[in-house]
Amino acid sequence: MNSTIHQLIDNEVKSTDTVLFMKGTPQFPQCGFSGQVIQILDYLGASYKGVNVLENDELREGIKSFSQWPTIPQLYVKGEFVGGCDIIREMFQTGELKNLFDEKDIALEHA
Amino acid sequence: MADGRVRQEIIEKLTRAFAPEILDVIDESHLHAGHSGARPEGETHFRVKIVSGNFDELTLVARHRLVNDTLADELSGPVHALAIEAKPAGG
Repeated sequence: MNSTIHQLIDNEVKSTDTVLFMKGTPQFPQCGFSGQVIQILDYLGASYKGVNVLENDELREGIKSFSQWPTIPQLYVKGEFVGGCDIIREMFQTGELKNLFDEKDIALEHA
Repeated sequence: MADGRVRQEIIEKLTRAFAPEILDVIDESHLHAGHSGARPEGETHFRVKIVSGNFDELTLVARHRLVNDTLADELSGPVHALAIEAKPAGG
C-alpha cells in the first residue's frame, strides 16, 4: 500500500515544477497554514499545483511518510521537499524563497 | 488536560534533547477553536520558540526535522499542529 502511494507522490512531484500538498484547494483552503502558503505563492506569482490531501486518506498519511514530515502543508519544488508553513514563511521573509525559484529556473509572474 | 500536561511533556522532551538557551512553548489552541483539528479540551495547537547550540550549522529544514522527530509521539497523538521557530545559538 505504502509503496503505491509513494510512487504516486513521487510521480506527482517530478512531473510538476511546484506542488503544494495542502488541506483544501488554492481557491478554498481549509486550514490556516495551507492558506498562508497559498498567499505567499500567489504574492510571488508562482504557478503551482495544489493537491488536496483531504480527498484521500491514503495520500494524507502517505505524504507524511514520503517526506518524513509530520504536518501539512508541504511544498515541493522540482521534486525537492522545501518545507512546511513556518519554513516557507521564513524563507519568504528573508528572500530565500524567491532565490530558490530563481535558482530552479521557475518563472515568477510578479518578479 | 486542563493542567497543560501535553505542554509540560513538550517542554521536558525539548529540554532533554536540545539543552536550549531559550525555550518557549505556547499553547495556541484557543486561536484554532472550531477548526477541524481542535478539541474542546484544548492542547492541540502549539508554538515552539527554541534557541539551541544543536542547531548551529543546520538548515531550516534540518532544524525543524529534529524538533518534529523529538515530538513524534505528540504529533501522532494529541498535537494537531506545531509552529516552530528554531534558531541556532551561535550568532
